[in-house]
Amino acid sequence: MSALMSVPVAGRFGDFGGRFVPESLVPACGALASAFAAAWADPDFRAELDDLLAVYAGRPTPLTPARTLSADLGIELLLKREDLAHTGSHKINNVLGQALLARRMGKSRLIAETGAGQHGVATATAAALLGLEATVYMGERDIERQQLNVLRMTTLGATVVPVTTGSRTLKDATNEAMRAWVADVGDAHFLLGSVGGPHPYPWMVRELQRVIGDEARRQSPYVPDVVVACVGGGSNSAGTFAGFVDTPARLVGVEAAGGAAMTAGRPGVVHGARSMVLQDAEGQVAEAESIAAGLDYPGIGPEHAHLGAVGRAEYFTVSDTEVISAVRRLARAEGIICALESAHAVAWVLREAGTPLLPTGSRVILTLSGRGDKDMATLGAVA
Amino acid sequence: MTAKLLVPYLTAGVTENWLDYLLAVQEAGADAVEIGLPFSDPMLDGVTIQESSDRALARGATVASILRDVRGVRDRLRVPLIAFTYANLVYRPGPAVFCRELADAGIRGLIVPDLPLDEAGEVSRAAEAAGVELTLLVAPVTPDDRLAEIVSRSRGYVYAISRMGTTGERDALASSAAALTARIRTAQQRANPDGRLPVLVGFGVSGAAQVAEAGRAGDGVVVGSALMRRVLDGATPHDLGAEVASLRAALDRCDQEDSADRTAYAEVSGHRG
Repeated sequence: MSALMSVPVAGRFGDFGGRFVPESLVPACGALASAFAAAWADPDFRAELDDLLAVYAGRPTPLTPARTLSADLGIELLLKREDLAHTGSHKINNVLGQALLARRMGKSRLIAETGAGQHGVATATAAALLGLEATVYMGERDIERQQLNVLRMTTLGATVVPVTTGSRTLKDATNEAMRAWVADVGDAHFLLGSVGGPHPYPWMVRELQRVIGDEARRQSPYVPDVVVACVGGGSNSAGTFAGFVDTPARLVGVEAAGGAAMTAGRPGVVHGARSMVLQDAEGQVAEAESIAAGLDYPGIGPEHAHLGAVGRAEYFTVSDTEVISAVRRLARAEGIICALESAHAVAWVLREAGTPLLPTGSRVILTLSGRGDKDMATLGAVA
Repeated sequence: MTAKLLVPYLTAGVTENWLDYLLAVQEAGADAVEIGLPFSDPMLDGVTIQESSDRALARGATVASILRDVRGVRDRLRVPLIAFTYANLVYRPGPAVFCRELADAGIRGLIVPDLPLDEAGEVSRAAEAAGVELTLLVAPVTPDDRLAEIVSRSRGYVYAISRMGTTGERDALASSAAALTARIRTAQQRANPDGRLPVLVGFGVSGAAQVAEAGRAGDGVVVGSALMRRVLDGATPHDLGAEVASLRAALDRCDQEDSADRTAYAEVSGHRG
């Protein structure tokens, strides 16, 4: 247990993780793991990243007391405000780190997958900042429902490639990005946005996102009873949990009911790692279905699968309907319009406050992973 | 080494009569046939195999239905079948169960492109226990020490990925193909000069000219997308058989030229090869 959320041995988190990629990508994954280990141990690299996070991305993000909701719900609720980071979500933390690493490795191109478009926008932003080329793969269905983010990416100079196969969402965009990486592995860095994929991605992305949890721990006047965050692939939650894994705080991940890999999935291998996967009896990967494009994904990062298996973290689901009312309630109570993804964590707190899962008086830190501007059309359509 | 090997790939279940394609390519001179067990997320496949996999899955093809189909024509099959599929279909039932089911259907080999050497241990042991040959893949970027290890642990064949990229037709065979097969042969020579597994060249090989070129580079060639494109475009089993026959002829011609070269070389150097 002492090794929880430390450096994984051979890319493994208990029974999960690994490097299930075509032979063509194995040397690149190995080179990336070495390069990240070296950079992460290099004070100059850390200083450059910390500087960018501060003067460019706007860190530290505040820890905001949710006064009205706290009073209404009978709990103490603190919001970790990743919605206030540059580009509007936590995705910038990981992207700046990986883009600096790509430049350090002499890569000229970034390839990325995106669901809600937040990771795509962050990648396009870092590429513009550091003078790299960016190609973002995005499912056709997500392009339709996240038009604003598509326009942001193209404005920033990135190429957005529509993916028309399968469910035309994040899963298929990830397949296509990995195919593109195989074909250009020498010049391109695959800038994966979540804590999934082959080693070293789950470890590297968690380390680059742990700034969320580490900051929140420093900012909080106490160790909370519960730390809660939404989970799709699981990067904002992994980063948040990393700051509290060695405390008595309960760690709660909230999945979309239609994309609940932890709750409804089985162990499987998809996108390079062994983890929990929504799939049928034969092993065909199921298509997730969520109002939140960023959680519309049938898998989850392998470290979450491990934290769940050993009982260190708990995972729950909320429905699309609960999520929509959570966005509205948070907006009216606190004056914060959060992303549909982040609203999953809010919805769980709203539902469970005062129950044995979240007793009255609980002290809660909730990560608001992003802001909701991108979701206004979706919300308008369900009004 | 005997004649160059021709190994066509077919996505199993792509049409209701997919077994007719299988039998047709056998009659047309295939030495073995790779049958793709369709997976929802074929990460290493280009558009053609993605489309044929989607079509098979949409028809309701499953591993169980495909293996049932294969058992039904078992007495008419004279060439070995090699299953080509992705790791999740192997792990879902468990490698031991999966490999036994392949063996029960008479399938001789297994190729899992997202199962590299480092992850292959469990499947490799299960395959061996079931009498199934797990063929490992080598890529142009595989370093020499790793290549030697893959060559020593591969069974049935050694699969040389001709290029960096997905499966799918290309205008030309990558120059990396010949360089890679030469490196594989060097490793095989070093490990065991007396006997070695055939080296198959695959990924992006299409048309008679490229088949001949790939055949010169290795001991044989896998042709997938070029054939599946024909199937998706409506080719009949007879049409596909004719296509494979023409590839067979091209491969045999290159083999004869190759033998002639070897004879000439042997005469010049004064010993018989």
